[in-house]
Amino acid sequence: MRWMLLKDLQILRRSKLLVGLLVVYPVAIALLIGFALSSGPEKPRLAFLNQIPPSQTTIRLGGEKIDVNAYTDELFKAVDRIAVESREQALEKVRSGEALAALIIPPDFTRKLSNGGFASASVEVIYNGDALKQSFVRSTVSSKLALADAALAREINKVAGSYVDIVTTGGHIDVLGARFDLLGLKKSKALLEDARAAARSPAVSRKLAPVQQFATLGVANIGRFKDVLSTVERPVKVSETVLSGRRTPLDTFAVALAVTVSLMFVCVLLASGLLALEREENTFSRLARGLVPGGRLLAGKVVLAAGCAFVVTLAMLLGISAFVPLDYGRVALWIVALAASALAFGTLGVAIGSLAREVRAASLLALMLALPLAFLALVPSGGVSPLLYDVIRVISAAFPFKPALDAVNAAINDASPSLLVALAHLGGLIVVFGAAARAGLRRFA
Amino acid sequence: MLVDAAPAAPALQVQGVSKRFGDREALRDVSFDVARGELLAVIGPNGAGKTTLLSILAGIQQPGSGTVAQPNGTAGRIGWVPQQTAVYSRLTVAQNLRLFARLERVADPQATVERMLEQTGLSERADDELGRLSGGNRQRVNIAVGLLADPPVLLLDEPSGALDPRQRERLWGFISALTERGTSVIFATHDIAEAERHADRVLVLADGEALLHGTPAALKAAAKADEAGDLEQAFVVFLRDRGH
Repeated sequence: MRWMLLKDLQILRRSKLLVGLLVVYPVAIALLIGFALSSGPEKPRLAFLNQIPPSQTTIRLGGEKIDVNAYTDELFKAVDRIAVESREQALEKVRSGEALAALIIPPDFTRKLSNGGFASASVEVIYNGDALKQSFVRSTVSSKLALADAALAREINKVAGSYVDIVTTGGHIDVLGARFDLLGLKKSKALLEDARAAARSPAVSRKLAPVQQFATLGVANIGRFKDVLSTVERPVKVSETVLSGRRTPLDTFAVALAVTVSLMFVCVLLASGLLALEREENTFSRLARGLVPGGRLLAGKVVLAAGCAFVVTLAMLLGISAFVPLDYGRVALWIVALAASALAFGTLGVAIGSLAREVRAASLLALMLALPLAFLALVPSGGVSPLLYDVIRVISAAFPFKPALDAVNAAINDASPSLLVALAHLGGLIVVFGAAARAGLRRFA
Repeated sequence: MLVDAAPAAPALQVQGVSKRFGDREALRDVSFDVARGELLAVIGPNGAGKTTLLSILAGIQQPGSGTVAQPNGTAGRIGWVPQQTAVYSRLTVAQNLRLFARLERVADPQATVERMLEQTGLSERADDELGRLSGGNRQRVNIAVGLLADPPVLLLDEPSGALDPRQRERLWGFISALTERGTSVIFATHDIAEAERHADRVLVLADGEALLHGTPAALKAAAKADEAGDLEQAFVVFLRDRGH
């Protein structure tokens, strides 16, 4: 056994690329994860625009006053606030990736919340078009808005409780500036008892008059109690705006993601392996004598790998559509996106294959490159520090996974960026990696 | 360089070929020629530049300087048989031959495949997957691929290195038949006895330099060895006398 071990060590010693990758890969992955976990802010960054005039930060509910700042403070316990001066500035923060989303409280917020109907008080949340970013920030904003709503609901409950007390024991309420006195159920009860005792006398009708008035006012104000109670469930509505493109539901985005990942692995592994096999079998030296020109050799591998991956992923997409509703009217766009993405991945595959002398080394290299690229392309802006995010964006743009995901997502979900932009990006990468593959072939011929 | 005699009708002329890999000079001003039907052995110690020279002759690499020419009347693709078998182990013998016949654009690929199967004695193994063949049979397929286009010049890099004595004998019988039909054969080897036994002339390379181009007898004479003596001993003395 020790001789076998010695033999394997000797083989590894001769495979410098393989050994280098085996050492560098886990270190790189560890650093990557470490950066993502340690460098990113703990709270999502939100651009915040408060348009409520300073004199109107208080809501009056019955006799109670509620400070809106207490409401927003509850939200900002969970987010990193970036103060902005205008809606345009808020939009710019989201576009640039500095903020994951923008929260805008309109100027009429307190007025709508404190008016008689308690209706239509809303805040606006502006998201980036990216499904993962939306999902990340929506979960945070939704949960914190729910907490803030609960705090507001407690105040409203207190008001509702005071109304109930008045109805029970008597007192007065203010409706639209007018003051009404309420007898209260307890006093009504006493009066009714008196009325019963004095039945068939002229005084009965006089004593029953306030009871009749109480009943009238009570019935009139029951609607008000209902209004109060209906606002307890959700006092503030959230109006959502997607900054670029349409909002992509997370389940159909997951379909696009699964398809793109599969496309990448099939294509890159197959193309790199097919090319590396020529070296492993020593046939490359025969072919390089002019039997098959380098460009044609590469194109053949790319087309074969892309064709196989295309068929597999199109079948996968059609299969998934049985479970997740997809728009069959966009099938032509699916085909275009899958074909372009497959060609780009295939070209990346042959670029990898041109560097390797063995199929195993090519496969390992392809895996080690493809996995981190997929992870990097999914890191949301605001999920890591701005500098690291910029680095990630550059790396993601330099490889086909991100534009392929954009293309497939646009084809399936009509999401942004548009399919044309993604296709142009993929076209550029096909040219770049094609040139790299040719250079690799010449270098190792 | 010592030159014994130049052939009257060369099938291949090599003139002043040099090649560098970075700082290392792999070949330095190498010139020689090969006659039609001649069997030339390129001999030299490890790292002498034998494989680099054959790669340049085969067109796999370009020389840094110098020319490789096939005079009029003999022009055609040079056949190339690399040291390691360069065929697809997952394809059958016939599939390999058919594939390369098509890539070589031979007029009738199927007839050519059948002819090569016959010549190499592999007709019965035509449908066997190459990976299941012995090293000797794989090498025969390797050589057959090099001969598909019926080249006027065939290059063989260490052709018998992986073969047992019986397979070697069969191989040299096959190569002799080729030269009798007019095919010029250049083979690289560090088996000096094999060169003495089969080659018409030898080209001695050492550190990228061609030291001698002549018959085995000329090599012995240059080493001041007995003509009936051992060529390998003469080869070692020859190199030592020239500082290699």
